[in-house]
Amino acid sequence: MDLSSINPILLLASLMVAATPLLLAAVGELVVEKAGVLNLGVEGMMITGAICGFAIAVNTGNPLLGVLAAAAGGAVLSLLFALLTQVALANQVASGLGLTLFGLGLSSLIGQGYQGIRPPSFPRLNIPGLSDMPVLGRILFSHDLMVYLGLIIVTAVWFMLKYTRAGLILRAVGENHEAAHALGYKVVRIRIMAILFGGACAGMGGAYISLIRVPQWTEGMTAGIGWIALALVVFASWKPWRVLLGAYLFGGVTVIQLNLQAAGVAIPVEYLAMSPYLITILVLVIMSADKSSAPASLGRVFHASR
Amino acid sequence: MKLSKLLTTAAFALGLATGAMAQDKLKVGFVYVGPVGDGGWTYEHDKGRQAVEAEFGDKVETVFVESVPEGPDAERVMTQMALDGAKLIFTTSFGFMDPTINVAAKFPDVKFEHATGYKRADNVSTYSARFYEGRAIQGHIAGKMTESNIVGYIGSYPIPEVIRGINSAFIHARKVNPDVQFKIVWAYTWFDPAKEADAAKVLIEQGADVILQHTDSTAPLAAAAEAGNIIGFGQASDMSEYADGPRVSSIIDNWAPYYIARVKAVMDGTWTSTDTWDGIGPGMVGIGEITDKVPADVKAEALALKDAIAKGDYHPFTGPLNKQDGSVWLADGEVADDGTLLGMDFYVEGIEGTIPN
Repeated sequence: MDLSSINPILLLASLMVAATPLLLAAVGELVVEKAGVLNLGVEGMMITGAICGFAIAVNTGNPLLGVLAAAAGGAVLSLLFALLTQVALANQVASGLGLTLFGLGLSSLIGQGYQGIRPPSFPRLNIPGLSDMPVLGRILFSHDLMVYLGLIIVTAVWFMLKYTRAGLILRAVGENHEAAHALGYKVVRIRIMAILFGGACAGMGGAYISLIRVPQWTEGMTAGIGWIALALVVFASWKPWRVLLGAYLFGGVTVIQLNLQAAGVAIPVEYLAMSPYLITILVLVIMSADKSSAPASLGRVFHASR
Repeated sequence: MKLSKLLTTAAFALGLATGAMAQDKLKVGFVYVGPVGDGGWTYEHDKGRQAVEAEFGDKVETVFVESVPEGPDAERVMTQMALDGAKLIFTTSFGFMDPTINVAAKFPDVKFEHATGYKRADNVSTYSARFYEGRAIQGHIAGKMTESNIVGYIGSYPIPEVIRGINSAFIHARKVNPDVQFKIVWAYTWFDPAKEADAAKVLIEQGADVILQHTDSTAPLAAAAEAGNIIGFGQASDMSEYADGPRVSSIIDNWAPYYIARVKAVMDGTWTSTDTWDGIGPGMVGIGEITDKVPADVKAEALALKDAIAKGDYHPFTGPLNKQDGSVWLADGEVADDGTLLGMDFYVEGIEGTIPN
């Protein structure tokens, strides 16, 4: 065993990278669920975003355009879900599962011909002075822009939900859609916007994997992160800061367990491999012991005629 | 969808329409563990399938199912193939071993070919390639080229095939560089690009400047390219799209000649259950072009090693070799027998860490 070979600075830096796709997808789903909609299609929207972003980035040579395309791709796919559940009033669980299957198939269709191609590399933040600082510079100030975008989105969502009128309305729609409707708020319109936001975030999360974390396109490359994001929202009690904590915990333990393996720690590999799931759930369950609960209208169909 | 694929589909549909008349057409099935576009293991098996089609034209019809999980679902896929009239089925991953044996028992008229396993039956052959011969050459290059003396190795599952590769690479890296250390990470997957990339990054962060992989995607090479100044090797396929980056050579699996021979045997009625394990000599294992990043003398040594292995003058597991615990495995000049190699469940002396079970 040689723990000294683990570099804590690089560990913290790569923790942020490993957590970002999960963070983006989860914070998008948090907004959707706060509006009272349960969209189980996160995985499908992520993988669609991954290939849309990859294809556009390769064809234009501009990774930032790729990220935009990924957000658009995820949002367009989620629009399908919005039409089914908000206009046609279909069951949300079934529609969401269908969306995942559809997204996986669609992405491998679009992805024909994109295997083995290298995407243009993503710009890294480089602030003279800050990025060169000995320890903090590497951990905090020399990531790709998407890491910061993820943090900005979490902060913005937290601020919006807690301090703005728009956040209050969104929460009202999620807690009691009939009361919100009686007050004159457009429940369906608000929910569709939330769904689109969730789709865009999931799409960007997927693109983070295909453009930055791996970076390449292979079918099925999100490999279940969308489902983890869904679980994370629940265990985080629908609170943005806990989503952030959970995502960093999960990303962190994932990276740490690989580091421990490489350092030759004498813990059976099987236990190390399951540790990210166990530790994240454990911490978040303990934290959710307070009185926070799900939005009251979560998953319920709203129809204005009643 | 590409035009060529569209045409193939159309031709396939046409073939189905006329298939009722052409009963002599042999249907051959392939079960893959990853997507055909993984750029590595499954990609090469699918190239073998395409070679079969090219060789026999309209005398064969091939079908494949990709991304089949290793487990009960594999039995369902194989059963469906056999019910659909496939007379020869190739199952191309170690984890398909028991499902293949189970399904083969139910379809005695269908011939099965299982890659990299060790269980046979009257209608089940096994075939594999001596990848460890290629690993010896990789180990030689890795040992010569590492500056940090740390070589990172991404393992998939702790099965004999993978352990053999680790041992072979390590023996030959140590031979040219007594200070070299291997850091081994088990990914517990054959195909998960994000996880493979994470594993490569972790190894690089812990000082490895050479990455060897025994997983199927090109993700570790992509991660190595991102990190810079790291070398790696194509696994199962040439992965030459990374040749101007980290990839300095590769192990290429060439299944086409074997697949063509086996399909021919079924057509001629000469198929019997066999156990094939071929290496560099017969051409089942190929060594991809060694790039200019490798110094000329190292390249020459590597090629000489390749020739010696191909001719049978040298066996990568030649004594004196000790097991990890220091006990003697092979005496001076003794060569490992295939039985020990096929069931290898120990590291050789010098490798740190334990094999998960």
